[in-house]
Amino acid sequence: MSDNKKSNKNEWPLWEVFVRSKNGLEHRHFGSLHATDTEMALKNARDVYTRRMEGVSIWVVESKNIHASKPEKNAEFFEPAEDKIYRHPTFYELPDGVKNM
Amino acid sequence: MSNTEKITPYPKAIDKVEFIYGIADSSLILAQRLSELTGHGPTLETDMALTNIALDLFGQVRSYYQYAAKLIGDNKTEDDLAFFRTEREFKNVLLVEIPNKDFAYVIGKQFLYDQFHYLLLRELQKSEDVTIAAIARKSIKETAYHKEFSSNWIKRLGDGTEESHKRMQTAIDDLWKYSDEFFYPTAADKKMLEEGVGVNLEELRKEYRSNIAEVLEEATLEIPELEYFQKGGKDGRHTEHMGHLLSEMQYMQRTYPGMEW
Repeated sequence: MSDNKKSNKNEWPLWEVFVRSKNGLEHRHFGSLHATDTEMALKNARDVYTRRMEGVSIWVVESKNIHASKPEKNAEFFEPAEDKIYRHPTFYELPDGVKNM
Repeated sequence: MSNTEKITPYPKAIDKVEFIYGIADSSLILAQRLSELTGHGPTLETDMALTNIALDLFGQVRSYYQYAAKLIGDNKTEDDLAFFRTEREFKNVLLVEIPNKDFAYVIGKQFLYDQFHYLLLRELQKSEDVTIAAIARKSIKETAYHKEFSSNWIKRLGDGTEESHKRMQTAIDDLWKYSDEFFYPTAADKKMLEEGVGVNLEELRKEYRSNIAEVLEEATLEIPELEYFQKGGKDGRHTEHMGHLLSEMQYMQRTYPGMEW
């Protein structure tokens, strides 16, 4: 920490939090928080995002390690899929017992 | 009930009720101190963590007080025990009533308490009183987390910057004199130990000392050497801070007895 008290909070890196709400489901992005390291990020995530039994597993990753697609490239990235409806598995009938799809 | 009436348990239950106060009052007063920080924590995340700990402790205290109120009878409730007892009737250790002062004090108090609280609950699970044993079993997971949280912060602050080290050492030096009262058994503690309900507190001292020494060493903090420790809270003799704390905590019920949210 520097002597400049005001900037201390800003020095804590930002982390993204992913929570698995129950076994068998995937981790989903829940939000972000500040922490100085992995251990603190996990503890903070536990305290901020899982107080009401929201999860059984937590992943944290420093936000700087997440790379996003660029909005200005949306045309070449996503639009080519628009006219390829046959790629959707909607032509199958799902048995009644299958959940979470 | 009128707010001047004293809460006097039936004689046959008096030892058990006093014994329960000895456990629950410390958690209540510590949680009250923690709740002073709600909205004022050093960061949003730490604020939430400390508030969560306060809420865990309030939850545990409710279970103990509900049981004590049942033992007392006379239509007493958990709220009567929290809001209408006077200073001398509270049996918490002195440590938990010490003001927060700075974050190092908050963590120092929490650490010294959590490390004891964990050992206490571990032993209480074996109590022959099934209600007390059940409360201990339910509480120990939360308390294990509190212990890890506060120990972790002791290490971060102790082994952090020059400033954080200095403040953490100051807090530990100052709070140390309150770190032995846990192990001093009151008359009610002794009676309950004889009946298989209580815990042999004096036997926990050595393990406690060695557990906290381990954390403090890792935190590069010096362990104070002290021959005389403060006590009295468990017998109802409190520091000058207790009255102020109670007047804030009990204000609403004292002013509007029986009010509900």
